[in-house]
Amino acid sequence: MISFGFFNYWIFIILLMIGLYTVMSRSNLVKKMIGLSLFQISVFLFYISMGKVTGGTAPIVVENTADAVTTAYSNPLPHVLILTAIVVGIATTALGLSLVVRIKESFGTIDEEDILEMEDGA
Amino acid sequence: MLLLIAGTMTVLMVRNLFVATMLLGIVSFTMALIFISLDAVDVAFTEAAVGAGISTVLYIGTLALVGSQEKERAKFAVGPLVICVAVGAVLYYATYDMPQFGHPDNPVQTHVAPRYIQESPTEIGIPNMVTSVLASYRGYDTFGEVTVIFTAGIGVLLILRQRRRRRTDANKDAKDTPLDTDRDGKGSSLSGLGSNHDLVPHVIAKLLIPFIFVFALYVQFHGDFGPGGGFQAGVIFAAGIILYALVFSLDLARAVINEKAILFLICAVVLLYGGVGVAGMLLGGNFLDYNVLASDPVAGQHLGILLVELGVGITVTAAMLAIFYAFVGRADLIEEASQRGEK
Repeated sequence: MISFGFFNYWIFIILLMIGLYTVMSRSNLVKKMIGLSLFQISVFLFYISMGKVTGGTAPIVVENTADAVTTAYSNPLPHVLILTAIVVGIATTALGLSLVVRIKESFGTIDEEDILEMEDGA
Repeated sequence: MLLLIAGTMTVLMVRNLFVATMLLGIVSFTMALIFISLDAVDVAFTEAAVGAGISTVLYIGTLALVGSQEKERAKFAVGPLVICVAVGAVLYYATYDMPQFGHPDNPVQTHVAPRYIQESPTEIGIPNMVTSVLASYRGYDTFGEVTVIFTAGIGVLLILRQRRRRRTDANKDAKDTPLDTDRDGKGSSLSGLGSNHDLVPHVIAKLLIPFIFVFALYVQFHGDFGPGGGFQAGVIFAAGIILYALVFSLDLARAVINEKAILFLICAVVLLYGGVGVAGMLLGGNFLDYNVLASDPVAGQHLGILLVELGVGITVTAAMLAIFYAFVGRADLIEEASQRGEK
């Protein structure tokens, strides 16, 4: 992979900001959830980038023990954190989406501004 | 990388939410490829199965319920853009204080990681460090995560399941009619995606699904030695059943594994995970201490990790299926309500 400088971190920042902008600027609630997902994915990238060791390999022990001493492994800890975070992320996303479905049923729209107008009108 | 940025920009710009969902799946998959090149095989596995698989299904399920066209907004949001650019600039400035990418002496690499890398093969006795860290060293964390998934699954069920009683009654009346009318009635709902007459998806699905299940089991039980483990296996298993439900019909999938069984599984396996921990305590160790589970510590670790991964796998499968059923079931529910003129 491209391992020069801070390239991965820059990509992470750009993705993070696109996600944040989507959440803030779009009034459609599903679009906001998508923005949150983008935000989440970019944080995953950040963690995994930090765990990378140049010249390293996946953190699974190499069978040959003589080789194992010299082999560099990438940091397994961020992998564990992100692995669980992905699955937890989808579970919480599902929870958010189910709330969106209920909002649609109660208000007839999933547009945030319309909902606010209705709230003020009522 | 640049593909990622292009993908996310399009997700931001595109008005049709259906297209945005598909693009999100593509972004997830690209991200999985990048994870592989960054040596995170387990994570890539999960990201591909979850991001490109389950989450797309869930988004489409939502869109079927709420409609997929985003409302046109004339005004351009300046405030958020300014904030984003400002935050981005600050973060960009901060990257110059970050340690060099991929350097082995980075602070991240020097605290607990060396111990995991050097000791885990002898202490735990399994080659995949990610699995040993996940299930053993950081067993508390994983227990917490499993509990979060469990809670989210229960939450979705509570939110989307409110008029369940009436629905079962109505279903009983309609049960005499064959599946076709049921499917026609659903119209835009998710289970309407699979038609009785599409031969190609049926044949392909019939070929694929057994292999998906076998693969999921392989991932589950081989997680100690190669990439894989409970989280991935659970997601893949759920994906297999969801594919079945989409191509054939939800009713057939419900016949394979019904909601009561899923609820039972969700609860039972969180207890299994906790039970393994408590068993460790009863045998004289700490909570989630697997060393005491068998006569020698390594065998105990093996047993503990196997049980815990099994618990994780089944919880994830059951929670994903519960969420999926809840979404699809909601479509039926709305449909029936509108048919009876309630809405």
